[in-house]
Amino acid sequence: MADKHKLLEVKGLTMDFGGLRAVDSVSLEVHEGEIAALIGPNGAGKTTFFNCVTGIYTPTKGDILLHPKGLATRRLNGLKPNKVTEMGLARTFQNIRLFPDMTVLENVMIGRHCRTKSGIFRSIIRSRGVREEEQQIVEDSYQLLVKVGLGEFANEFSKNLPYGAQRRLEIARAMATDPFLLLLDEPAAGMNPQETAELDQLICKISEEDRIAILLIEHDMKLVMNISNPIYVMEYGKKIAEGSPQEIKDNPKVIEAYLGEETDA
Amino acid sequence: MLKEFRQSLLVSIWFVFLTFPLMVVRVNTTESIVEWRWMSLVWVAVASFFLSYLWRYMLARQQAKKKVEEEGVQQLSKAQLLLEDMTFRYKAMGVLLAFSLVFPWIFDTYQSTIMISALIYVVLGLGLNISVGLAGLLDLGYVAFFAVGAYSYALINHHFDFGFWACLPVGGVLGCLFGVILGFPILRLRGDYLAIVTLGFGMIIKVVLENWNEFSFGPSGIANIDRPGLFGIDMNIDGSTTYIYYIMVAMVVFTILITMRLRNSRIGRAWIALREDEIACVAMGIDMARTKLSAYALGAFWAGMVGVLFAAKTTFINPASFTFMESAIILSIVVLGGMGSILGVILGAFILILLPEYLRAFSEYRMLAFGAAMVLMMIFRPQGIISNIRQKYEYKGLKEEADNG
Repeated sequence: MADKHKLLEVKGLTMDFGGLRAVDSVSLEVHEGEIAALIGPNGAGKTTFFNCVTGIYTPTKGDILLHPKGLATRRLNGLKPNKVTEMGLARTFQNIRLFPDMTVLENVMIGRHCRTKSGIFRSIIRSRGVREEEQQIVEDSYQLLVKVGLGEFANEFSKNLPYGAQRRLEIARAMATDPFLLLLDEPAAGMNPQETAELDQLICKISEEDRIAILLIEHDMKLVMNISNPIYVMEYGKKIAEGSPQEIKDNPKVIEAYLGEETDA
Repeated sequence: MLKEFRQSLLVSIWFVFLTFPLMVVRVNTTESIVEWRWMSLVWVAVASFFLSYLWRYMLARQQAKKKVEEEGVQQLSKAQLLLEDMTFRYKAMGVLLAFSLVFPWIFDTYQSTIMISALIYVVLGLGLNISVGLAGLLDLGYVAFFAVGAYSYALINHHFDFGFWACLPVGGVLGCLFGVILGFPILRLRGDYLAIVTLGFGMIIKVVLENWNEFSFGPSGIANIDRPGLFGIDMNIDGSTTYIYYIMVAMVVFTILITMRLRNSRIGRAWIALREDEIACVAMGIDMARTKLSAYALGAFWAGMVGVLFAAKTTFINPASFTFMESAIILSIVVLGGMGSILGVILGAFILILLPEYLRAFSEYRMLAFGAAMVLMMIFRPQGIISNIRQKYEYKGLKEEADNG
């Protein structure tokens, strides 16, 4: 494990909102080929952590370093979200944020935006290069839809999709930006057990076939314990544990903070 | 149905009760007798019952339609299905173009003049449609860019004697520039705040034009602006109107072509994504600043261009032509026509500009009718005349799908 390439390195990340310290010096690493998970009770600061990494918030302290393979290390602090995405780090949202009045295919096509380059004038003239690029966007996007199992819905409005399908569409859209690290914010929220199982497979497939590392926030313990290693646990903004699923299950701090209710029941 | 009937009955009884002293009792003070006009009571009852019933019926119908849509079935009206049909589309476009070309020869100059102003609003509507309809940036001061175009031509023509054709692109580019200037401070704003700032911008331009006498000649405006020239041929007013009419038709076609291409391009998709969800849009790697600025600049470009033409058509401009009322009308065109829909905006412009013009016979009531029409429209068809239809894309898997299914 140790010789694996380190992709994301977060050191002592702290985020204050006025007097409230939402994230308190959290460190975390994601290596190539890993499915890492970040868990913790509600309000532990997991989503804030994600928002800091993806550039929606600028962290108060700490370093977020990205080590793309074969490229120089980049510090992500204070970069705009679109720059972070361009660097190869894509995300989904906890409360689904699709573009409701666009078709399913177009939602994915938006993800291709930062990897294509037709400008205003070239779009007006619609030269051959632009048309070919457009067609390429359409084909690539459709392939991604097929991959997440939404091929048949390509021309539906995304707001008309069932809930589980909307979550998978978010993943497809994020994948369209060609990331090497995918951040999933509660991908299984609101899904039934069967949908969760399908998602489980999808995440493993993405990890194996596309060689994309994944960092996910999740409350569904079954999903987390099944597929992710390592697991990081947060509570009240602090990281309280990290390790393999077995280590986390046996960690008294984690049981006290989070799984404790389950042993009581 | 029975429920609606009962409610309408109650409404009509209530109205009869309310209007009883007004409509029924009349005291004749000269002869000191009280007249009881029972017939008007009946009229009030019948009219209020009928209107209330109609109102409720329409609302119920709309509710039912909404329910069907929520179940995931996309309801397209017959007209929209017809529009999807490409051959019909081309035929209709051909007929319309032919009609617009012979228009000035069939009708008199008065009709052409009205049509020119309608076409000006078509271009303005299409321009505003880029920032409001596609990118979702509410702009209440759009007329400012129109003023920039008109004044740039008027001033350049007055001081340097440049002609219309030289100034047309200049007006467009200046409009663009002002779009970017306005765009920068409001990059971070959205919704209501954005609307207020753009409203302020519209006001500022007008106040500057009114008060900066050395620059813009104040409220008295600029007169004797040259009409567009055609290789130095002298034209009388009729000929010139026809000429401007043709320029305007060409400009509308040009605008439609370009906005259509932009809408279906990578840039247009980014605008729509920005309208739908700003945070998700940025997280998907779209540069928000650049996308917003381009939407503003391209929207303002058309206003600047058509402003030049407006100045050339009227040969006289003053700040009174660029009030908030104009911005409101252009915005209504976009909202009434259907946000983001090009055909909708064109229809909206014709309805909103031509209808009041031809309703001059009832001039006392036309603003009333206009207002009522807008209210009804927003209740029964909030998505506009033509609702949002998305482009269908062709991809390799499509054929296999059709074969299997």
